[in-house]
Amino acid sequence: MTETQIQIRDLKKSFGSKHVLKGISLDVPKGQSVAIIGASGTGKSVLLKCILGLIQPDSGSATVDGIETVGASRHTREEVLRKFGMLFQGGALFDSLPVWENVMFRYRQNIKLDKAGLRAEAKATLAEVLLEERVLDLYPAELSGGMQKRVGLARAIADKPGILFFDEPTSGLDPITSGVINRLIRNAVDRLGATAMTISHDMNSVRQIADQVAMIHDGHIIWQGSVKDMDQVDHPVVHQFVHGLPTGPLTKYAESI
Amino acid sequence: MVQVLQIPGRAALGMLSEIGRLSLFVGQALFWLVRTPWYGRQILRQIIDIGYYSLPVVGLTTMFSGMVIALQSYTGTERFSAEGETSVATVVVLIITRELGPVLAGLMVAGRIGAAMAAEIGTMRVTDQIDALDTLSTRPMQYLIAPRVIAGTICLPFLVLVGDIIGVFGGYVIAIYQLGFSPSVYLAGTLEFLEPFDVIIGLVKAAVFGFIVAIMGCYFGYHSGRGAEGVGRATTNAVVYSAIMILISDFIITGFAFVR
Repeated sequence: MTETQIQIRDLKKSFGSKHVLKGISLDVPKGQSVAIIGASGTGKSVLLKCILGLIQPDSGSATVDGIETVGASRHTREEVLRKFGMLFQGGALFDSLPVWENVMFRYRQNIKLDKAGLRAEAKATLAEVLLEERVLDLYPAELSGGMQKRVGLARAIADKPGILFFDEPTSGLDPITSGVINRLIRNAVDRLGATAMTISHDMNSVRQIADQVAMIHDGHIIWQGSVKDMDQVDHPVVHQFVHGLPTGPLTKYAESI
Repeated sequence: MVQVLQIPGRAALGMLSEIGRLSLFVGQALFWLVRTPWYGRQILRQIIDIGYYSLPVVGLTTMFSGMVIALQSYTGTERFSAEGETSVATVVVLIITRELGPVLAGLMVAGRIGAAMAAEIGTMRVTDQIDALDTLSTRPMQYLIAPRVIAGTICLPFLVLVGDIIGVFGGYVIAIYQLGFSPSVYLAGTLEFLEPFDVIIGLVKAAVFGFIVAIMGCYFGYHSGRGAEGVGRATTNAVVYSAIMILISDFIITGFAFVR
């Protein structure tokens, strides 16, 4: 039986009177790639941030390798965060640093290398995401959206973390670039043997990246299963979302809130 | 009746909550100021931004202020026949070193640097860069806030010292070339009543103002709302509240230092 690396139990989070997560429970097995799908505003990113401790949930539990992250001390949280690599929705590259320093940001804290060594490491990591040496000294503002995502991915995998989080990795990208990013993510996850969680509402992306899928609706996980089963699900909400149908229960729900 | 009281009550609670949040932020900033690792490159970058690039603005402001004080004090003292040359020199040097040097430098730096800090950190907040720092095992308070607060507190006294000299020089230029005073008498008047305490208090004020500007810029940026509107509001608040806090703390320090 596969070991559970991330375990979430009855996680709740509200912002004012808006109840975003109403009791999420989810198991992410070690080495599996799980996609969290759901309509915009359903709390997918909030769930990710709760696991990372970036947002404090109102109640519930989130453990990583058995370590509780909800209400954890700063020291414990920092220890847990070292296991993670994260690709943010917009890349979240540091504007004031060139590409190579962005990629080596955490790596250089752990491994003492001179500038030449760090640049060589950055070059090798960038090659893994199909970026050439010439981007090393560029600043984030000089990169296209797709290149920013790839640099963000390089930064996430630079020190070979055991867990990777991807928040909307293909949002705002054209289908070709999206395909490239999806392939790079899948390759990176496989190569590192990492556990991955991806937030997405791009079904093509989910099919390429994920092994398992969980759908959030109205603050709850309403379905969880394998990617292969996703297209055959009878649940009307999942069916409408997966097939991108314009009418159905999701449309009524969106109109009612 | 209850509804009428709700409005001021809500405003008071909002203000208390904001004061509490700001106090916690200041406490955290002070906590991380003294803890390693210190990000030397970040501190240096901020020192260059705050110290070096603010020099022209502070220099120009204090120079023209010195000139205006010289003209105003001359026309003012003429009315009651005071000793023109000595009193103009004394008024210029005391007002510049004790008051206008630090206050004008503080306000100029608040407009230039406080706003820039709020905009930069606010943009980092809305583009998830601050969350990214967290996930990359770097504490945002230590990496972003502490270097700015250190640089602000260190740089402003140096800026004010330079501003004092330029301001006094501005007064000197007007006194000599427009009012026709004797250079040696004017310089003697400048030094006669100036005490080291005047300059030191000005520099202490400057350090406090530098701390305020950096804290306000960082605080409003760090808690910026989402989107361009949120960053815009953070920038405006940083400048407005820095200016208010500078003037309030100036009054308090002056009261402690000079009123006996």
